[in-house]
Amino acid sequence: MRKDLLGMKEMTSEEIMLLLKTASSFKDVLKRDIKKVPTLRGRTVVNLFFEPSTRTRTSFELAAKRLSTDVINFSGPSSSILKGESLLDTALTVEALGADIIIIRHSSSGVPHMLAGHLRASVINAGDGTNEHPTQALLDAFTILEKKERTEGLKMVIVGDILHSRVAKSNIYCLMKLGVELRLIGPSTLLPPAFEEIPGVKVFSDMEEGLKDADVIMMLRLQLERQGKGFFPTTEEYFREWGLTKKKLALARPDAIVMHPGPMNRGIEIASEVADGTNSVILEQVTNGLAVRMAVMYHLEQAKGEKRG
Amino acid sequence: MRLHNHLHIINAYVIDPSQDFEGRAELLIEDGKIKTLAAGEKIKNAKGAEVFDAEGMYVLPGLIDMHTHLREPGFEHKETIRTGTLAALKGGFTTVCAMPNTNPVNDNAGITEFILKKAEREGNANVLPIGAITKGQKGEELAEMYMMLSAGCIAFSDDGNPVASSLTMRRALEYARGFHALIISHSEDPRLSEGGVMNEGFLSISMGLKGVPSVSEEVFIYRDIALAEYTGAKIHIAHVSTEGSVRIIRQAKERGVHVTAETCPHYFSLTEDAVAGYNTNAKVNPPLRSEKDVEAIKEGLRDGTIDLIATDHAPHSLEEKTREFDNAPFGISGLETALPLGMELVRGGVLSLKDLVSKLTIQPAKILQISKGSLREGADAELCVFDPDKEYVLDPAALLSRGKNTPFAGHRMKGAVVATIFKGNLFKW
Repeated sequence: MRKDLLGMKEMTSEEIMLLLKTASSFKDVLKRDIKKVPTLRGRTVVNLFFEPSTRTRTSFELAAKRLSTDVINFSGPSSSILKGESLLDTALTVEALGADIIIIRHSSSGVPHMLAGHLRASVINAGDGTNEHPTQALLDAFTILEKKERTEGLKMVIVGDILHSRVAKSNIYCLMKLGVELRLIGPSTLLPPAFEEIPGVKVFSDMEEGLKDADVIMMLRLQLERQGKGFFPTTEEYFREWGLTKKKLALARPDAIVMHPGPMNRGIEIASEVADGTNSVILEQVTNGLAVRMAVMYHLEQAKGEKRG
Repeated sequence: MRLHNHLHIINAYVIDPSQDFEGRAELLIEDGKIKTLAAGEKIKNAKGAEVFDAEGMYVLPGLIDMHTHLREPGFEHKETIRTGTLAALKGGFTTVCAMPNTNPVNDNAGITEFILKKAEREGNANVLPIGAITKGQKGEELAEMYMMLSAGCIAFSDDGNPVASSLTMRRALEYARGFHALIISHSEDPRLSEGGVMNEGFLSISMGLKGVPSVSEEVFIYRDIALAEYTGAKIHIAHVSTEGSVRIIRQAKERGVHVTAETCPHYFSLTEDAVAGYNTNAKVNPPLRSEKDVEAIKEGLRDGTIDLIATDHAPHSLEEKTREFDNAPFGISGLETALPLGMELVRGGVLSLKDLVSKLTIQPAKILQISKGSLREGADAELCVFDPDKEYVLDPAALLSRGKNTPFAGHRMKGAVVATIFKGNLFKW
């Protein structure tokens, strides 16, 4: 493993499979009565979040605690031009507190990459702008493997605002490396032609056509402010064309699983009856997120240990 | 540096497109003027003159940069008139046109006079201020162009900001036509490129960065050419970066529109790939484009659609460029790399040596209607001595500009300005 986890773009399928294997052992830990292991005792993990987040931050925090690390949460200003301290100074300050792993979320793409170049601590990208959200892709891959026991040859659709979705980006990079057949579905304003240039990826604006025989359906959260920017006329029209309803779900394979990175807009991208239905694995994704994040922290620390050794 | 009132340059290979001259020659400089340019022969009446042996060197007229950001007044942490003109000299430029996006904006004769005074006192090269088209570069009311012209402005531009209103641009062109002033257009549709930080395309999507589409530039070039054609005014298109822009300008020239155009070294030297790894030193507006745009820019230079090469020298501080990519300012520090990058066009067979020098000397001089960029006898002795064979790795720390923001850091460069002559002074680098 490398020092940092910046994106799925840079990862090999071997690295991904190793992480998922480790995550599987950690998931067993999470099922015990005592859900904690001493693996990283004495290490310090800092959640450095420049963008508000409860779900991802909590997941990282709990994962770090399950590994017996000390965890600090640190909120930075959302932009370095608003406040006095520069982005780099904030990160260096956090490192000087003794951080071994710094988990970074920022609304600007590339911030974890830039900071990683200046830090000795490991950097985990917890979401940067519209670039990547690698641990989300890992937990998605983990969930798919758990449910389908394979990835090779699976037909998977990702529906929604592909253009602005770091979840979609990381999933595309990750799942393509694992041999999944990917179809992307969305209004063409949110799914520009550049996506057709990705080898092996198919692009649809007609959801019904794209859903046929799908094994995995991933719905993306629709950022409501996109309506104001003119990417689509109304959420009503959006739901009609690209929302997942029971009727549309019937076009997929009967054993298809339905995923969503959360938080959901019920009635905008997904109908409640589908979100809560038998095909949905949405809450299991949340649980798996813990195991995957434990595995990532474990391997990053291992890699540094090997270097030191 | 020291005074050389009497300098005899021998063994030079002189390129002076203003006289359609290229070949071995000797030059005699006296009292800051070119006294003699002797082609293929020795100058005999050079007794007492200090001898400068330029064996193996190209000797060119001092270069003219039509597009420079000197940052003063207001942004002295990025650059000053003193440091910017020193960087100019080191890059072989003896004349620079200072863009008006300073603070305050150069939108009135008072600021113009300040810049000229400062340049006279502290400047190391000729500074020709460019005035704003609109007050505060806000795109609303016309600035006092006539007064700025009288105070010494050479042209007008809202560079950095497009003139968003077509009506304002129409009035500016009409007004400027009345006194034959040149309008330089920063052609960019602000709505189409809103929030964009790099070229729009596969790479911008894959990096999660908001793109500036090529049509943002092309739509406004279309508009500005149409307005120039309609009003009969002259227009100069700044920093052309896309294939479509080259095509639009070429067609307009064929129709006889009074349009001229420039590009910058980074648009023919780099593609958008230079931003990989979120390299803010490659963040520039217009953005670095695709391979096919680079090829089209070269073709535009070759066939004359693009009249000249300007640097768009846009220095920024290290602190500003170490911000997140979205918030880092646009711009490349370009004065000190322009000529060696231009020389690659000669090596690559795109331009003849004479055409390259022309696009950096007499072409901008003609468009600006100034008597510079020539080694004619009697002209001001402003010269650039270039060693075409010198190889080195570009170290930003070695730049004399305060702006060390160059995407060419660590690049292998071939060719260096080894001396510049300005106002009777010989600067050896």
